[in-house]
Amino acid sequence: MLSYALKRLLLMIPLTFGITLITFTVIHLAPGGPVEVETEMSLKASAQARENLKKLYGLDKPLHVQYFDWLKRFVKLDFGISFVDGKKVFDKIKERIPVTLTINLLSLILIMAIAIPIGVLSATKQYSIFDKLTTVFVFLGFSTPTFWLALILMIIFGVSLGLLPISGIQSIDVSGMGFIDRLADWIKHLILPVGLSAFGGIAGLSRYSRSSMLEVIRQDYVRTARAKGLKESDVIIRHALRNALMPVVTILGLSVPGLIGGSVIFETIFAIPGMGQLFYASAMSRDYPTIMGILVIGAVLTLIGNLIADMSYALVDPRIRVRK
Amino acid sequence: MFRIIWHRFKKNPLSVAGLAIILSLAAIALFAPVLSPHEPTKIDVYNVLSPPSSNHPFGTDELGRDLLSRMIWGSRASLKVGFIAVGIAISIGTMLGAIAGYYGGKIDALLMRFVDIMLAFPTFFLILAVIAIVEPSISTIMIIIGLTGWMDVSRLVRAEFLTLKERDFIAAAQALGASDPRLIFRHIIPNALSPVFVAATFGIAGAILTESGLSFLGLGVQPPEPSWGNILTSGKDNITVAWWLSLFPGIAILITVLSYNLVGEGLRDALDPRLWTSEK
Repeated sequence: MLSYALKRLLLMIPLTFGITLITFTVIHLAPGGPVEVETEMSLKASAQARENLKKLYGLDKPLHVQYFDWLKRFVKLDFGISFVDGKKVFDKIKERIPVTLTINLLSLILIMAIAIPIGVLSATKQYSIFDKLTTVFVFLGFSTPTFWLALILMIIFGVSLGLLPISGIQSIDVSGMGFIDRLADWIKHLILPVGLSAFGGIAGLSRYSRSSMLEVIRQDYVRTARAKGLKESDVIIRHALRNALMPVVTILGLSVPGLIGGSVIFETIFAIPGMGQLFYASAMSRDYPTIMGILVIGAVLTLIGNLIADMSYALVDPRIRVRK
Repeated sequence: MFRIIWHRFKKNPLSVAGLAIILSLAAIALFAPVLSPHEPTKIDVYNVLSPPSSNHPFGTDELGRDLLSRMIWGSRASLKVGFIAVGIAISIGTMLGAIAGYYGGKIDALLMRFVDIMLAFPTFFLILAVIAIVEPSISTIMIIIGLTGWMDVSRLVRAEFLTLKERDFIAAAQALGASDPRLIFRHIIPNALSPVFVAATFGIAGAILTESGLSFLGLGVQPPEPSWGNILTSGKDNITVAWWLSLFPGIAILITVLSYNLVGEGLRDALDPRLWTSEK
């Protein structure tokens, strides 16, 4: 197990290196690049001023030198200074990450809590009405533009019924509330964003756990369990489910980039001050240092998500650990 | 061959319905100038945000433009983006997957690590970063969605190549002196295409969703050119007064994407040889 974990960890190094390389390439393919952005507002910026700016950012050096300079600072978590407000990019991102991670973790939990039981039930009752209904739900879930669903739910719950707040993560008067009220306020603000970002994942994972379960149910050891007279619930939960869940873990890991990417849309719609909203704002104002910082951090978070998924897979499935 | 596929495909009524909807949408996009009751960009200040009526069946937007006409013209955007983006993704994916699967070894390892790296980026982040640099327009997003969506296809094609290249007919062709490109393009790719078609159909559904999301954020199709996504932006801006601006374009996206997904599901079943034999 230890050597597997070590191997998996070591693999992250070249991958992270590749991530920084692609990020750097994408940004530096820009026609004009960062200097144009800072000088395009003032037409009077002289050629001299441009040269000075180029020197400041090290843009007068050859590309590979620029890359390694950037990488050197990156390793020390120095992501540079934001073009927009002159703050350190790392600090800007750091204060946004907790909100985004909280929402994504909550939706992952929600996805598992809803999708796995749905998948198991529709597999054990294949071709039943419940199974057919969930199939319909799965296709709708795959096909619904979630930002549109967000708009519709905002109209229904926020505008018409006035039940839920439709922007931010806390009310303006939150400082005057006690702990319980504050918690309730926070939950009310998060219901729509978390529910919506889980929506697509629930459809996907319930489909996946259904087919995984269907495969397991036909295995010999399940028949053996039945043959020795176990209760049906024991057969399903203790023998079938445990084995069916293993590949599901991997799928959860793979859904991480989708969740993080989706945070751009949800945080923009619901005005949530997270990483996605920061990324959108940075893209709009062409704040290159921040864009590069978030791109790399988003990708590394995905790698970590995959790593956790692979590790838990190895923990539950001895075959993975033993293989080479 | 096509007859067998069609024969199997039409057993699934939902997939056939999906195909019918896709074909009608293509016809609507093609005949938009004839079908739309009003000019899609004609501003009418006396009819701003008017609810659905007999003259404007879906109502009007904040500039008094007819929503139905804008949606009919907007279907062109999603169709174009869907097909061109997926065309790009499939070309790249098939090419790289074929090279990796055929040559194997170091080339394969290198290409597959590249795929891993590309998959680590949240696609939406990558797209947004590029759009921050290049002016957003319909052609920009078609290309970007294509350039960021080829990884799954390359994995599929690679897997097909790995099994196909061990088969006897390849050894036979090799013995006859066929060159590498000839083996790849004439002998293996035609046999590796069915999972690619299925992935392409699902890919179009995904590309249409991505386009609408980007246009909704103001980063895709730019107004006044209509797209379902950018109509929803004005839906959001007028959320408290004009529900029709939010409702109809969203339903159009939902039905279109659903149709492609249903056709993809039908195709998958129709093209799966394991299901062919079990039937007889």
